[in-house]
Amino acid sequence: MTNVIEQLGASALIRVQEMGRMLLFVLSAFAWLVRPPFRFHQIMKQLHFVGYKSVFVVVLTAGFTGMVLALQGYYSLRKFGAEGWLGSAVALSMIRELGPVLAALMVTARAGSAMTAEIGIMRITEQIDALDTMAINPLQYLIAPKLVAGVIGVPLLVAIFDVVGIYGGSLVGVDLLGVSEGAYWNSIESAVEWKDVFGGILKSISFGLIISWICCYKGFYTRQSAEGLGSATTEAVVLTSVLILVWDYFLTSVLL
Amino acid sequence: MPMIIKPMIRLVGVEKKLGGQPVLQGVDLSIPTGKLTTIIGGSGSGKSVLLKHMIGLMQPDHGEVWVGDVEISRLSGTRLNDVRKRFAMLFQGAALFDSLSVFENVAFPLREKLRMKGPAVAKRVEEKLEQVGLAGMGHKFPAELSGGMRKRAGLARALVMEPEIILFDEPTTGLDPLMAKSIHDLIVTMQQRFGFTAVMVSHEIPEIFAISDWVAMLRNGKIAAMATTAEFQRITDPDIREFISVGGTVALPGSHVG
Repeated sequence: MTNVIEQLGASALIRVQEMGRMLLFVLSAFAWLVRPPFRFHQIMKQLHFVGYKSVFVVVLTAGFTGMVLALQGYYSLRKFGAEGWLGSAVALSMIRELGPVLAALMVTARAGSAMTAEIGIMRITEQIDALDTMAINPLQYLIAPKLVAGVIGVPLLVAIFDVVGIYGGSLVGVDLLGVSEGAYWNSIESAVEWKDVFGGILKSISFGLIISWICCYKGFYTRQSAEGLGSATTEAVVLTSVLILVWDYFLTSVLL
Repeated sequence: MPMIIKPMIRLVGVEKKLGGQPVLQGVDLSIPTGKLTTIIGGSGSGKSVLLKHMIGLMQPDHGEVWVGDVEISRLSGTRLNDVRKRFAMLFQGAALFDSLSVFENVAFPLREKLRMKGPAVAKRVEEKLEQVGLAGMGHKFPAELSGGMRKRAGLARALVMEPEIILFDEPTTGLDPLMAKSIHDLIVTMQQRFGFTAVMVSHEIPEIFAISDWVAMLRNGKIAAMATTAEFQRITDPDIREFISVGGTVALPGSHVG
């Protein structure tokens, strides 16, 4: 009996320790960010990787998400004879919820997993130690630019996601199902408020941080084997995705 | 244990446990300045761990690590970095940055640490690449290099800052005997030319006797013996004799390559 309690306590301690280490990790990376030398070039490189290279996959998912929303929305709204509100239904779901969450999940799958793998390989092949021995702080050189890229890149991708999604909705709603074009765009204009947009931006900034934070952390503390790297990447993607959805709930409940 | 006047690095009673297992159990070791000291010992005896303590990549659980007159085992941040500027390290797998070409790898410490730019960087990098026999290979990426060439590139990167101390973590592991010899020769040549303090971890016996000034043996988490190369080969302790004679014929005392 005492053994069970002991194990329970030990695993709880390990969890708490891990959370503390994660918090220290991100705090010291940000502390190193504001110290010279400033690595502008590294930040641009990471933005290119997280942002620009994710545009295609984001546009693709956004288009189809908007289209299916229009289909589903049309089906439900027609029951009340309210097809004219299709535009607002699509736009509000996109801007408030689906844009930030889906774009963040796509970035996690595409860029987040690559971050973990890249940093993990650098850990296993002692490249991170090499940085340390050259008196270059790995948190400053490797991690901080990725955090910045996440925080800047994800909101921009979400903006693209929203716009493409709304156009995808109009493609199906207006061109295929025959909702009046004026009604579609007018309903968006009258229903979407600044606070909806603001909420979406806030969400996407925090998702960007979560992605870079968790994925970098898991790579940085990879165990020294190929197996360790594999499980680190899996853990990073799963934990990031779950955290995005959980955090999304809490943020939504506060913002509403 | 021999008395070494003005050692460059000094470990006092260093103890370290990894994953609950004791690896170092009270290591006392002095590394002579401007000499090539090789640490030998069986696989998994903690040689690399010992090396990592010297440059602060690992902190001891107990004991002290002195570099010159600075105790580094409790240092961190900027003050540790100040000490590390005196060092360079050649890692087992060379630890070249995959995303950078050989030229950029060697230029990396110059650009990132010294903030050097333009032709001055190119001049120093080309010079080092030539010294290690990689002239004209700067445009290649680490993935395109053979094991021996990676080690050479790693050595060029270590040399480019002209450090006082260079640590070599098994520099010839995974190389064929000819390539291993050429890397050994290169290390000796460079050490004699630039006079840095070299610490090498290796189990290439007897080859290391031909190139080292001092030899120390790590066994059961302690330094079992340390002596000049000539004296080390005359040690009568049966365990040490067995360890150093398994590798083949013991080289002639004091013979040097390079």
